[in-house]
Amino acid sequence: MSVSTLTSPRQRAGHHRRVKPGLVLVYAVLIFLAVVWITPTLGLLVSSFRPAEDVAATGWWTAVAHPGEAEFTLRNYRAVLGMPEPGENPRFKNINLQTGVINSLAVAVPATAIPIFIAAVAAYGFAWIKFPGRRWLFVFIVGLMSVPLQVSLIPVLQDYMKIGLNGTYLGVWLAHAGFGLPLAVYLLYNYISSLPRDIFESAFIDGATHFTIFTRLILPLSTPALASFATFQFLWTWNDLLVALVFLSADAGNQVLTQKLLGMMGAFGQDWHMLTAGAFVSMIIPLIVFFLLQRYFVRGLTAGSVKQ
Amino acid sequence: MQHAREPRGPRRSRSESSAGRGLLIAFATVVAFLLLWQSFLFLRDAPLPQYLRALLAVIWGVGGVILLFSLFANLVEQFPQVWRRRLVPLVFVGPAVLVVCGYLAVPALRTLVSSFYDANGQNFVGLANYAYAFTSREMLISFRNNFLFWLVFGTGFSVIFGLIVAVMADRTHPLFEKIVKAIIFMPMAISMVGASVIWKFVFEYRPPGAQQVGLLNAVLTAFGGSPKPWLLQQPWNNLFLVAIFIWLQTGFAMVVFSAAIKAVPEELLEAARIDGANELQVFFHITLPNIKGTVVTVSTTIILGALKIFDIVQSMTGGNYGTQVIANVQYTQMFRQFNYGRAAAVAIVLFVVVLPIMIYNLRDFSKRTEAF
Repeated sequence: MSVSTLTSPRQRAGHHRRVKPGLVLVYAVLIFLAVVWITPTLGLLVSSFRPAEDVAATGWWTAVAHPGEAEFTLRNYRAVLGMPEPGENPRFKNINLQTGVINSLAVAVPATAIPIFIAAVAAYGFAWIKFPGRRWLFVFIVGLMSVPLQVSLIPVLQDYMKIGLNGTYLGVWLAHAGFGLPLAVYLLYNYISSLPRDIFESAFIDGATHFTIFTRLILPLSTPALASFATFQFLWTWNDLLVALVFLSADAGNQVLTQKLLGMMGAFGQDWHMLTAGAFVSMIIPLIVFFLLQRYFVRGLTAGSVKQ
Repeated sequence: MQHAREPRGPRRSRSESSAGRGLLIAFATVVAFLLLWQSFLFLRDAPLPQYLRALLAVIWGVGGVILLFSLFANLVEQFPQVWRRRLVPLVFVGPAVLVVCGYLAVPALRTLVSSFYDANGQNFVGLANYAYAFTSREMLISFRNNFLFWLVFGTGFSVIFGLIVAVMADRTHPLFEKIVKAIIFMPMAISMVGASVIWKFVFEYRPPGAQQVGLLNAVLTAFGGSPKPWLLQQPWNNLFLVAIFIWLQTGFAMVVFSAAIKAVPEELLEAARIDGANELQVFFHITLPNIKGTVVTVSTTIILGALKIFDIVQSMTGGNYGTQVIANVQYTQMFRQFNYGRAAAVAIVLFVVVLPIMIYNLRDFSKRTEAF
């Protein structure tokens, strides 16, 4: 890290001002890639605001090329959110992504909070409580990262059907917690075990319990690590399709956005004005979270990979 | 607080009151359990408005976990020293161990067992399911797709594009660098299903002569070509699905590479340039060797994603037209054919395929002691 502070990006950019022709090429390549990367999303966004007839008749770029002549509307969004304008095609009556948004939130928030809490507690236990076999148990948990969640689906589903957890939020939360825990324990352990010991040495001497130290000292001090993993896990659970399909698919009222969108792709494969609006509805919350917490997300991604 | 003023000496009164408090907390724990279970049944079955139910469920779930942990943690503190020392680790580490056992370790073993049984798990069938997993047309196509298209092309291009952007953006104006990186990184926030809608629209096909609304065919016809149904052209349609994966994963590769590249000492690069090396030579002889470890980590991580790919295939083609992949076969066997034996065998095959890369990745992981 100290190296990167020595050579800030600004210094570096200034440094290469000498190699002008190469730099023009660099800018050209990057602009080209950036345009390629953003164009599909742009097409989605533009199409979602165009009337059905226009979307079916002409490419979205005609609306961009001639914005004066193009017509834009919120009708598609009203339709996918279950508030259709009068005269909307009855085929689209039953798309109600509002319930999808609520379900996605109801799944993703606890499916983020629960594993983080369990993992933070465990990470503290592994890092600061001495007990026999802790090294072995830690390796056991982290090693389970190698099990793809596909391997677990059938037995867990069978258990759920027996005890009535199938199709419930609780079932999905716990499944996400189970599949996310190994990584969470590993990342939080690395952070919590590196906290300086003397911070809570004095608390121990004052007779504070592990519980007090954990809630009063460790949790507040670990905010950056918790935020990193939270961003990561929230995006993962929000965007997940497989776990939702397996444990929630029974009932349309319980489906999350990814499931609903998949259903729309099957039912309205050619109705691009609806599909584009629906896709954008499913993207808006993760995009907001992503751009607000990008710093934490990046830190989680690059965790340790810089330091070799 | 009463006991503090008692004249009997602090030790005795403390243990007495702690027994009382222990009982109280034990009682509270039992009550909490019963309450949580009852409210679970209520939330599951009561005809509440959806907003309310979701809100209550979130509070119930997050609050419940914190409540139970607090109660247990305080309960063990009431035990005598010897027992406390034994029980405290259990309260802290126990939940995580229980959850991973229940959701990963034990299910994996059960899946292994049921992979030797028939569709309903009634009769032992030996290796019949594995014969299916290694010889059926479906699985052979999946192996080809997972290994050739997804692993080789998907990982290769994600890593190469990620490297190109990371290295090049490092040379540009900081603001420009920030914008380009944000654009390339943005797809990481989008679900694979959402990305599939975006790209299916790009690949949209209309018969020749009709107005093309899909970008790819519009560009093709603008240059005088005839439109093609991209997703139906075997086996190249796989590449169009892989393109979505590359679009999603390049941002991940770029961000990690970018951090690594900024950590390469500038003096090294400068020395090479003074010695007359051009930018390509600097990249291949200085930058790349310095970030080799990061390249390996990123590659293995993306390979894991490529081998386990499911969402994109499920939403783009459903595995039809020669685009089948292992994870989708497993899903199809489980939920379309209801053949649990075969689904289990396919899952185990996926596990075995992923395992060596995962072990490599994990060993690499453990070398990096400092995260964040």
